[in-house]
Amino acid sequence: MNATIQPVYSYFPGCSLGATNRAYDISTRNVARVLGLEMVELEDWNCCGATPYMAIDSRRSALLSARNLGISEKNGRDIVTVCSSCYLVFQKANHQFHDDPSLRADIRKALQTGGMDYHGNVRVWHLLELIVNDLGKEAIERHVVRPLDGLKVACYYGCQLIRPYGEVDDPEFPVLLNRLMEWIGATPIDFGMEAKCCGGILMTTQPEIGLDLSGKLLKQARKAGADCICTICPLCQMNLEAYQEKITSRIGGDCKIPVLYFTQVLGKALGLGSNELALRDALTPVEAVLAGKGQGGGHD
Amino acid sequence: MNATQVRGLTEEFLQRVHAIPNGEKIGQCLQCGTCSASCPSSDVMKYPPRTILAALRAGMLDQVFESRTIWLCASCYLCTVRCPAGIPFTEVMYELKRLGIQKGFLGKKSSGVAMAETFVDGVHKRGRSSDAELICRYVLRTHPTKIFSFIPLGWKLIRKGRISLRPHRIAGIDGLRKMLAAMEKGGAL
Repeated sequence: MNATIQPVYSYFPGCSLGATNRAYDISTRNVARVLGLEMVELEDWNCCGATPYMAIDSRRSALLSARNLGISEKNGRDIVTVCSSCYLVFQKANHQFHDDPSLRADIRKALQTGGMDYHGNVRVWHLLELIVNDLGKEAIERHVVRPLDGLKVACYYGCQLIRPYGEVDDPEFPVLLNRLMEWIGATPIDFGMEAKCCGGILMTTQPEIGLDLSGKLLKQARKAGADCICTICPLCQMNLEAYQEKITSRIGGDCKIPVLYFTQVLGKALGLGSNELALRDALTPVEAVLAGKGQGGGHD
Repeated sequence: MNATQVRGLTEEFLQRVHAIPNGEKIGQCLQCGTCSASCPSSDVMKYPPRTILAALRAGMLDQVFESRTIWLCASCYLCTVRCPAGIPFTEVMYELKRLGIQKGFLGKKSSGVAMAETFVDGVHKRGRSSDAELICRYVLRTHPTKIFSFIPLGWKLIRKGRISLRPHRIAGIDGLRKMLAAMEKGGAL
Protein backbone atom coordinates (compact mmCIF):
# COMPACT_ATOMS: atom_id res chain seq x y z
CA MET A 1 0.00 0.00 0.00
CA ASN A 2 1.20 3.45 -0.82
CA ALA A 3 2.10 5.12 2.45
CA THR A 4 1.79 8.67 1.12
CA ILE A 5 -1.27 10.33 2.53
CA GLN A 6 -2.78 12.92 0.25
CA PRO A 7 -3.51 16.10 2.17
CA VAL A 8 -7.00 17.57 2.12
CA TYR A 9 -7.18 21.35 1.67
CA SER A 10 -9.77 23.91 2.65
CA TYR A 11 -10.85 25.68 -0.49
CA PHE A 12 -11.51 29.38 0.03
CA PRO A 13 -13.30 30.76 -3.04
CA GLY A 14 -13.68 34.30 -1.75
CA CYS A 15 -16.59 36.63 -2.42
CA SER A 16 -15.94 37.59 -6.04
CA LEU A 17 -16.08 33.96 -7.13
CA GLY A 18 -19.70 33.74 -5.98
CA ALA A 19 -21.18 35.37 -9.03
CA THR A 20 -19.05 37.78 -11.04
CA ASN A 21 -16.14 35.38 -11.42
CA ARG A 22 -17.98 32.08 -11.08
CA ALA A 23 -16.08 30.76 -14.11
CA TYR A 24 -12.95 30.90 -11.97
CA ASP A 25 -14.70 28.87 -9.27
CA ILE A 26 -16.06 26.27 -11.69
CA SER A 27 -12.75 25.84 -13.53
CA THR A 28 -10.82 25.68 -10.25
CA ARG A 29 -12.98 22.88 -8.85
CA ASN A 30 -12.71 20.87 -12.07
CA VAL A 31 -8.97 21.34 -12.43
CA ALA A 32 -8.46 20.25 -8.81
CA ARG A 33 -10.59 17.16 -9.42
CA VAL A 34 -8.57 16.13 -12.49
CA LEU A 35 -5.27 16.73 -10.71
CA GLY A 36 -6.41 14.71 -7.72
CA LEU A 37 -6.19 17.64 -5.33
CA GLU A 38 -8.73 17.17 -2.60
CA MET A 39 -10.19 20.57 -1.81
CA VAL A 40 -13.24 20.95 0.40
CA GLU A 41 -14.92 24.36 0.53
CA LEU A 42 -14.27 25.98 3.90
CA GLU A 43 -17.49 25.80 5.88
CA ASP A 44 -19.36 29.05 6.44
CA TRP A 45 -16.36 31.16 5.47
CA ASN A 46 -16.53 34.95 5.78
CA CYS A 47 -15.17 37.72 3.59
CA CYS A 48 -11.42 38.26 4.05
CA GLY A 49 -12.04 42.01 4.09
CA ALA A 50 -9.79 42.61 1.08
CA THR A 51 -8.06 45.99 0.82
CA PRO A 52 -11.04 48.22 1.81
CA TYR A 53 -11.50 46.68 5.25
CA MET A 54 -7.89 47.17 6.31
CA ALA A 55 -8.12 50.77 5.10
CA ILE A 56 -10.57 51.27 7.96
CA ASP A 57 -9.50 48.90 10.71
CA SER A 58 -6.32 46.81 10.67
CA ARG A 59 -7.06 44.82 13.83
CA ARG A 60 -10.54 43.71 12.87
CA SER A 61 -9.25 42.97 9.39
CA ALA A 62 -6.84 40.45 10.94
CA LEU A 63 -9.72 39.05 13.00
CA LEU A 64 -11.79 38.40 9.85
CA SER A 65 -8.95 36.28 8.48
CA ALA A 66 -8.38 34.55 11.80
CA ARG A 67 -11.98 33.30 11.86
CA ASN A 68 -11.44 31.58 8.49
CA LEU A 69 -8.01 30.29 9.47
CA GLY A 70 -9.44 29.00 12.75
CA ILE A 71 -12.20 27.02 11.04
CA SER A 72 -9.61 25.47 8.73
CA GLU A 73 -7.28 24.71 11.64
CA LYS A 74 -10.05 22.89 13.47
CA ASN A 75 -10.40 20.66 10.44
CA GLY A 76 -6.63 20.16 10.31
CA ARG A 77 -6.35 21.60 6.82
CA ASP A 78 -4.33 24.25 5.05
CA ILE A 79 -6.18 26.86 3.00
CA VAL A 80 -6.08 27.17 -0.78
CA THR A 81 -7.39 30.25 -2.53
CA VAL A 82 -7.29 31.46 -6.13
CA CYS A 83 -7.68 35.15 -5.32
CA SER A 84 -4.51 37.20 -4.91
CA SER A 85 -6.23 39.62 -2.56
CA CYS A 86 -7.58 36.90 -0.25
CA TYR A 87 -4.12 35.32 -0.38
CA LEU A 88 -2.35 38.49 0.74
CA VAL A 89 -4.89 39.34 3.43
CA PHE A 90 -4.51 35.85 4.95
CA GLN A 91 -0.71 36.04 4.72
CA LYS A 92 -0.70 39.42 6.39
CA ALA A 93 -2.99 38.20 9.18
CA ASN A 94 -0.75 35.16 9.75
CA HIS A 95 2.33 37.40 9.93
CA GLN A 96 0.64 39.77 12.37
CA PHE A 97 -0.61 36.85 14.43
CA HIS A 98 2.89 35.39 14.75
CA ASP A 99 4.79 38.66 15.21
CA ASP A 100 2.53 40.56 17.61
CA PRO A 101 1.78 38.67 20.84
CA SER A 102 -0.67 41.24 22.16
CA LEU A 103 -2.66 41.28 18.91
CA ARG A 104 -2.59 37.48 18.94
CA ALA A 105 -4.07 37.41 22.43
CA ASP A 106 -6.78 39.90 21.46
CA ILE A 107 -7.69 37.97 18.32
CA ARG A 108 -7.98 34.71 20.24
CA LYS A 109 -10.09 36.32 22.93
CA ALA A 110 -12.42 37.81 20.32
CA LEU A 111 -12.70 34.50 18.45
CA GLN A 112 -13.54 32.73 21.71
CA THR A 113 -16.54 34.99 22.30
CA GLY A 114 -18.00 33.32 19.20
CA GLY A 115 -16.89 29.83 20.22
CA MET A 116 -13.87 29.70 17.92
CA ASP A 117 -10.09 29.88 18.22
CA TYR A 118 -6.90 30.00 16.18
CA HIS A 119 -3.37 28.94 17.11
CA GLY A 120 -1.50 30.06 13.99
CA ASN A 121 -0.97 26.66 12.39
CA VAL A 122 -2.63 27.08 9.02
CA ARG A 123 -0.55 27.60 5.90
CA VAL A 124 -2.11 29.60 3.10
CA TRP A 125 -1.57 28.60 -0.51
CA HIS A 126 -2.50 30.20 -3.79
CA LEU A 127 -3.56 27.36 -6.08
CA LEU A 128 -0.91 28.40 -8.62
CA GLU A 129 1.81 27.92 -6.01
CA LEU A 130 0.38 24.58 -4.94
CA ILE A 131 0.22 23.29 -8.48
CA VAL A 132 3.66 24.48 -9.58
CA ASN A 133 5.73 24.09 -6.43
CA ASP A 134 4.01 21.21 -4.71
CA LEU A 135 2.58 19.02 -7.48
CA GLY A 136 5.37 19.93 -9.87
CA LYS A 137 6.23 19.38 -13.50
CA GLU A 138 5.92 15.61 -13.80
CA ALA A 139 2.53 15.45 -12.12
CA ILE A 140 1.16 18.14 -14.43
CA GLU A 141 2.66 16.72 -17.61
CA ARG A 142 1.19 13.33 -16.76
CA HIS A 143 -2.28 14.84 -16.86
CA VAL A 144 -1.93 16.88 -20.04
CA VAL A 145 -4.03 15.32 -22.80
CA ARG A 146 -4.22 18.28 -25.12
CA PRO A 147 -1.01 20.34 -25.18
CA LEU A 148 -1.72 23.95 -26.11
CA ASP A 149 0.94 24.06 -28.80
CA GLY A 150 1.32 27.43 -30.40
CA LEU A 151 -0.83 29.32 -27.88
CA LYS A 152 0.96 32.55 -27.06
CA VAL A 153 0.11 33.55 -23.51
CA ALA A 154 0.77 36.81 -21.69
CA CYS A 155 1.23 35.57 -18.12
CA TYR A 156 -0.13 38.22 -15.82
CA TYR A 157 0.67 38.03 -12.09
CA GLY A 158 -0.42 41.46 -10.90
CA CYS A 159 0.59 42.46 -7.40
CA GLN A 160 -0.78 40.81 -4.35
CA LEU A 161 0.41 37.24 -4.80
CA ILE A 162 4.05 38.23 -5.23
CA ARG A 163 4.27 41.38 -3.09
CA PRO A 164 5.17 42.47 -0.50
CA TYR A 165 6.46 39.27 1.09
CA GLY A 166 8.09 37.66 -1.94
CA GLU A 167 7.65 34.27 -0.31
CA VAL A 168 6.00 32.66 -3.31
CA ASP A 169 7.90 34.09 -6.22
CA ASP A 170 10.11 37.01 -7.17
CA PRO A 171 8.28 40.25 -6.34
CA GLU A 172 9.10 41.81 -9.71
CA PHE A 173 10.12 39.01 -12.06
CA PRO A 174 7.86 36.10 -11.21
CA VAL A 175 8.09 32.78 -13.04
CA LEU A 176 5.49 30.36 -11.60
CA LEU A 177 2.82 30.93 -14.21
CA ASN A 178 5.32 30.98 -17.08
CA ARG A 179 6.56 27.58 -15.96
CA LEU A 180 3.08 26.14 -15.77
CA MET A 181 2.24 27.43 -19.24
CA GLU A 182 5.38 25.81 -20.65
CA TRP A 183 4.53 22.50 -19.00
CA ILE A 184 1.17 22.43 -20.79
CA GLY A 185 2.68 23.26 -24.16
CA ALA A 186 1.81 26.95 -24.38
CA THR A 187 4.32 29.69 -25.12
CA PRO A 188 4.60 32.45 -22.53
CA ILE A 189 5.56 35.71 -24.20
CA ASP A 190 7.39 38.59 -22.56
CA PHE A 191 5.26 41.70 -22.56
CA GLY A 192 6.96 43.64 -19.80
CA MET A 193 3.85 44.09 -17.68
CA GLU A 194 3.76 40.72 -15.92
CA ALA A 195 3.95 42.21 -12.44
CA LYS A 196 2.51 45.68 -13.05
CA CYS A 197 -0.69 46.88 -11.43
CA CYS A 198 -4.08 46.66 -13.23
CA GLY A 199 -5.48 49.41 -11.01
CA GLY A 200 -7.26 47.11 -8.59
CA ILE A 201 -10.13 48.83 -6.87
CA LEU A 202 -9.19 52.16 -8.48
CA MET A 203 -11.08 50.95 -11.57
CA THR A 204 -14.20 51.73 -9.55
CA THR A 205 -13.09 54.59 -7.29
CA GLN A 206 -10.80 56.42 -9.75
CA PRO A 207 -11.81 55.07 -13.18
CA GLU A 208 -9.46 57.35 -15.11
CA ILE A 209 -6.44 55.78 -13.35
CA GLY A 210 -7.76 52.25 -13.58
CA LEU A 211 -8.58 52.52 -17.27
CA ASP A 212 -5.11 53.85 -18.07
CA LEU A 213 -3.29 51.19 -16.05
CA SER A 214 -5.30 48.30 -17.47
CA GLY A 215 -5.10 49.89 -20.90
CA LYS A 216 -1.30 49.88 -20.88
CA LEU A 217 -1.35 46.22 -19.99
CA LEU A 218 -3.79 45.24 -22.73
CA LYS A 219 -1.90 47.23 -25.35
CA GLN A 220 1.46 45.75 -24.43
CA ALA A 221 0.05 42.23 -24.47
CA ARG A 222 -1.37 42.76 -27.95
CA LYS A 223 1.79 44.43 -29.16
CA ALA A 224 3.87 41.49 -27.96
CA GLY A 225 1.69 39.18 -30.01
CA ALA A 226 -0.21 37.39 -27.26
CA ASP A 227 -3.29 35.35 -28.14
CA CYS A 228 -4.65 35.83 -24.65
CA ILE A 229 -3.83 37.13 -21.19
CA CYS A 230 -3.78 34.58 -18.39
CA THR A 231 -4.65 35.88 -14.91
CA ILE A 232 -4.43 34.48 -11.39
CA CYS A 233 -6.77 36.94 -9.64
CA PRO A 234 -10.50 37.59 -10.11
CA LEU A 235 -10.21 41.38 -9.81
CA CYS A 236 -7.37 41.56 -12.35
CA GLN A 237 -9.42 39.41 -14.71
CA MET A 238 -12.47 41.65 -14.35
CA ASN A 239 -10.48 44.86 -14.80
CA LEU A 240 -8.70 43.58 -17.89
CA GLU A 241 -11.73 41.98 -19.52
CA ALA A 242 -14.78 44.08 -18.74
CA TYR A 243 -13.56 47.54 -19.71
CA GLN A 244 -11.89 46.85 -23.06
CA GLU A 245 -14.41 48.93 -25.02
CA LYS A 246 -14.18 51.84 -22.61
CA ILE A 247 -10.38 51.66 -22.66
CA THR A 248 -10.26 51.57 -26.45
CA SER A 249 -12.42 54.66 -26.73
CA ARG A 250 -10.27 56.42 -24.10
CA ILE A 251 -6.75 55.61 -25.26
CA GLY A 252 -7.29 54.16 -28.74
CA GLY A 253 -5.24 51.43 -30.36
CA ASP A 254 -5.56 47.69 -30.14
CA CYS A 255 -6.87 46.65 -26.73
CA LYS A 256 -9.13 43.74 -27.55
CA ILE A 257 -7.82 40.43 -26.26
CA PRO A 258 -9.30 37.44 -24.44
CA VAL A 259 -8.52 37.35 -20.72
CA LEU A 260 -8.63 33.93 -19.08
CA TYR A 261 -8.21 32.57 -15.58
CA PHE A 262 -5.16 30.33 -15.37
CA THR A 263 -7.42 27.45 -14.38
CA GLN A 264 -9.26 27.75 -17.70
CA VAL A 265 -6.05 27.58 -19.73
CA LEU A 266 -4.70 24.73 -17.62
CA GLY A 267 -8.07 22.97 -17.69
CA LYS A 268 -8.17 23.05 -21.46
CA ALA A 269 -4.81 21.25 -21.59
CA LEU A 270 -6.12 18.73 -19.06
CA GLY A 271 -8.91 17.88 -21.48
CA LEU A 272 -11.78 19.63 -19.69
CA GLY A 273 -14.71 20.81 -21.80
CA SER A 274 -16.16 24.28 -22.30
CA ASN A 275 -18.85 23.81 -19.66
CA GLU A 276 -16.40 22.48 -17.10
CA LEU A 277 -14.36 25.62 -17.62
CA ALA A 278 -17.38 27.95 -17.98
CA LEU A 279 -15.81 29.46 -21.07
CA ARG A 280 -19.12 30.98 -22.15
CA ASP A 281 -19.04 33.34 -19.17
CA ALA A 282 -16.31 35.33 -20.87
CA LEU A 283 -17.26 38.74 -22.26
CA THR A 284 -14.59 38.48 -24.97
CA PRO A 285 -14.92 35.19 -26.88
CA VAL A 286 -12.22 32.78 -25.73
CA GLU A 287 -13.16 29.42 -27.21
CA ALA A 288 -11.61 30.02 -30.63
CA VAL A 289 -8.31 31.06 -29.08
CA LEU A 290 -8.16 28.02 -26.82
CA ALA A 291 -9.11 25.75 -29.71
CA GLY A 292 -5.86 26.73 -31.37
CA LYS A 293 -7.23 29.41 -33.63
CA GLY A 294 -5.21 32.23 -32.12
CA GLN A 295 -6.10 35.77 -32.92
CA GLY A 296 -2.69 36.09 -34.50
CA GLY A 297 -1.54 39.05 -32.49
CA GLY A 298 1.42 41.23 -33.16
CA HIS A 299 -0.23 43.65 -35.53
CA ASP A 300 -0.48 46.77 -33.43
CA MET B 1 -4.90 73.67 11.05
CA ASN B 2 -2.47 75.68 13.17
CA ALA B 3 1.10 74.57 13.81
CA THR B 4 0.30 73.03 17.21
CA GLN B 5 -2.55 70.99 15.77
CA VAL B 6 -0.36 69.74 12.93
CA ARG B 7 2.33 68.79 15.42
CA GLY B 8 -0.23 66.79 17.40
CA LEU B 9 -1.48 65.09 14.25
CA THR B 10 2.09 64.27 13.16
CA GLU B 11 2.91 62.78 16.55
CA GLU B 12 -0.20 60.63 16.57
CA PHE B 13 0.54 59.46 13.03
CA LEU B 14 4.16 58.60 13.80
CA GLN B 15 3.16 56.75 16.92
CA ARG B 16 0.81 54.59 14.89
CA VAL B 17 3.34 54.05 12.10
CA HIS B 18 5.88 52.89 14.68
CA ALA B 19 3.42 50.21 15.77
CA ILE B 20 3.53 48.70 12.25
CA PRO B 21 6.24 46.05 11.69
CA ASN B 22 9.33 47.96 10.41
CA GLY B 23 7.34 51.19 10.71
CA GLU B 24 10.18 52.85 12.62
CA LYS B 25 12.19 52.83 9.39
CA ILE B 26 10.12 55.79 8.26
CA GLY B 27 12.81 57.91 9.96
CA GLN B 28 15.45 56.54 7.61
CA CYS B 29 13.91 57.87 4.39
CA LEU B 30 16.71 59.18 2.15
CA GLN B 31 14.33 61.05 -0.16
CA CYS B 32 15.72 59.04 -3.08
CA GLY B 33 12.36 58.94 -4.85
CA THR B 34 12.38 55.22 -5.72
CA CYS B 35 8.87 54.98 -4.27
CA SER B 36 7.46 57.78 -6.39
CA ALA B 37 9.16 56.46 -9.51
CA SER B 38 7.67 53.02 -8.87
CA CYS B 39 4.15 54.12 -8.00
CA PRO B 40 1.61 53.53 -10.79
CA SER B 41 -0.50 56.45 -9.57
CA SER B 42 2.18 59.00 -8.73
CA ASP B 43 1.64 61.08 -11.87
CA VAL B 44 -1.88 61.94 -10.69
CA MET B 45 -0.98 62.35 -7.02
CA LYS B 46 -0.59 65.82 -5.56
CA TYR B 47 1.74 64.30 -2.97
CA PRO B 48 3.52 61.23 -4.42
CA PRO B 49 5.08 58.86 -1.86
CA ARG B 50 8.43 60.64 -1.51
CA THR B 51 6.70 63.99 -1.17
CA ILE B 52 4.44 62.63 1.58
CA LEU B 53 7.50 61.96 3.73
CA ALA B 54 8.95 65.36 2.82
CA ALA B 55 5.64 66.97 3.85
CA LEU B 56 5.66 65.00 7.08
CA ARG B 57 9.10 66.40 7.95
CA ALA B 58 8.10 69.90 6.88
CA GLY B 59 5.11 69.92 9.24
CA MET B 60 2.59 69.82 6.39
CA LEU B 61 0.95 66.48 7.05
CA ASP B 62 -2.51 68.07 7.27
CA GLN B 63 -2.26 69.04 3.60
CA VAL B 64 -1.54 65.44 2.66
CA PHE B 65 -4.66 64.35 4.54
CA GLU B 66 -6.71 67.00 2.80
CA SER B 67 -5.71 65.86 -0.70
CA ARG B 68 -7.15 62.77 -2.38
CA THR B 69 -3.59 61.41 -2.78
CA ILE B 70 -3.91 58.78 -0.06
CA TRP B 71 -6.82 57.16 -1.84
CA LEU B 72 -5.00 56.90 -5.15
CA CYS B 73 -2.79 54.14 -3.77
CA ALA B 74 -3.79 50.89 -5.49
CA SER B 75 -2.00 48.79 -2.88
CA CYS B 76 0.41 47.26 -5.42
CA TYR B 77 3.32 47.19 -2.92
CA LEU B 78 5.93 48.10 -5.53
CA CYS B 79 7.21 51.00 -3.38
CA THR B 80 7.46 48.63 -0.41
CA VAL B 81 9.57 45.99 -2.13
CA ARG B 82 11.87 48.57 -3.72
CA CYS B 83 12.49 51.02 -0.86
CA PRO B 84 16.25 50.92 -0.10
CA ALA B 85 15.55 52.00 3.48
CA GLY B 86 13.08 49.15 3.97
CA ILE B 87 10.11 51.41 4.71
CA PRO B 88 6.83 49.50 4.33
CA PHE B 89 5.30 52.44 2.50
CA THR B 90 2.08 50.71 1.45
CA GLU B 91 1.37 50.16 5.15
CA VAL B 92 2.16 53.82 5.79
CA MET B 93 -0.49 54.64 3.18
CA TYR B 94 -2.99 52.40 4.99
CA GLU B 95 -2.25 54.21 8.23
CA LEU B 96 -2.88 57.52 6.46
CA LYS B 97 -6.19 56.15 5.22
CA ARG B 98 -7.25 54.96 8.68
CA LEU B 99 -6.22 58.10 10.50
CA GLY B 100 -7.65 60.31 7.75
CA ILE B 101 -11.09 58.67 8.03
CA GLN B 102 -10.95 58.77 11.81
CA LYS B 103 -10.19 62.49 11.82
CA GLY B 104 -12.80 63.12 9.15
CA PHE B 105 -10.43 64.82 6.72
CA LEU B 106 -12.16 63.90 3.50
CA GLY B 107 -15.94 63.86 3.29
CA LYS B 108 -17.99 60.69 3.42
CA LYS B 109 -18.61 61.08 -0.30
CA SER B 110 -14.95 60.98 -1.21
CA SER B 111 -14.60 57.96 -3.47
CA GLY B 112 -12.00 56.04 -1.47
CA VAL B 113 -13.70 56.64 1.86
CA ALA B 114 -17.11 55.79 0.43
CA MET B 115 -15.82 52.56 -1.12
CA ALA B 116 -14.11 51.41 2.07
CA GLU B 117 -17.10 52.21 4.28
CA THR B 118 -19.63 50.68 1.89
CA PHE B 119 -17.52 47.53 1.68
CA VAL B 120 -17.23 47.23 5.45
CA ASP B 121 -21.00 47.75 5.85
CA GLY B 122 -21.63 44.85 3.50
CA VAL B 123 -19.29 42.55 5.42
CA HIS B 124 -20.93 43.47 8.72
CA LYS B 125 -24.39 42.88 7.30
CA ARG B 126 -23.86 39.44 5.80
CA GLY B 127 -20.34 38.28 6.53
CA ARG B 128 -19.62 38.36 2.81
CA SER B 129 -19.39 40.98 0.13
CA SER B 130 -21.59 41.04 -2.94
CA ASP B 131 -19.95 42.70 -5.95
CA ALA B 132 -23.21 43.92 -7.47
CA GLU B 133 -24.60 45.33 -4.24
CA LEU B 134 -21.28 46.95 -3.37
CA ILE B 135 -21.06 48.78 -6.69
CA CYS B 136 -24.72 49.90 -6.56
CA ARG B 137 -24.50 51.22 -3.02
CA TYR B 138 -21.16 52.86 -3.71
CA VAL B 139 -22.41 54.65 -6.82
CA LEU B 140 -25.66 55.75 -5.14
CA ARG B 141 -23.63 57.18 -2.29
CA THR B 142 -21.09 59.04 -4.41
CA HIS B 143 -22.56 59.94 -7.81
CA PRO B 144 -26.19 58.70 -7.94
CA THR B 145 -26.70 59.88 -11.51
CA LYS B 146 -23.78 57.79 -12.73
CA ILE B 147 -25.71 54.61 -11.94
CA PHE B 148 -26.96 54.70 -15.55
CA SER B 149 -23.44 54.49 -16.92
CA PHE B 150 -23.10 51.06 -15.29
CA ILE B 151 -26.11 49.67 -17.14
CA PRO B 152 -24.31 48.44 -20.30
CA LEU B 153 -21.74 46.38 -18.35
CA GLY B 154 -24.31 45.34 -15.73
CA TRP B 155 -26.66 44.08 -18.43
CA LYS B 156 -23.86 42.11 -20.11
CA LEU B 157 -23.00 40.47 -16.77
CA ILE B 158 -26.66 39.73 -15.97
CA ARG B 159 -27.09 38.02 -19.33
CA LYS B 160 -24.08 35.85 -18.58
CA GLY B 161 -25.49 35.01 -15.17
CA ARG B 162 -22.57 36.76 -13.50
CA ILE B 163 -24.63 38.92 -11.18
CA SER B 164 -26.33 37.42 -8.16
CA LEU B 165 -29.42 39.28 -7.03
CA ARG B 166 -29.65 37.30 -3.80
CA PRO B 167 -26.47 37.90 -1.81
CA HIS B 168 -25.43 35.15 0.58
CA ARG B 169 -25.48 35.67 4.34
CA ILE B 170 -23.21 33.41 6.38
CA ALA B 171 -24.81 31.17 9.02
CA GLY B 172 -22.44 32.42 11.69
CA ILE B 173 -23.15 36.12 11.16
CA ASP B 174 -24.23 36.67 14.79
CA GLY B 175 -21.06 35.03 16.07
CA LEU B 176 -18.94 37.05 13.67
CA ARG B 177 -20.55 40.30 14.83
CA LYS B 178 -19.94 39.32 18.44
CA MET B 179 -16.26 38.67 17.69
CA LEU B 180 -15.88 41.98 15.87
CA ALA B 181 -17.53 43.80 18.80
CA ALA B 182 -15.15 42.10 21.23
CA MET B 183 -12.09 43.31 19.32
CA GLU B 184 -10.66 46.65 20.32
CA LYS B 185 -10.74 48.82 17.25
CA GLY B 186 -7.65 49.37 15.18
CA GLY B 187 -8.68 52.37 13.16
CA ALA B 188 -11.76 54.30 12.31
CA LEU B 189 -14.60 51.85 12.98
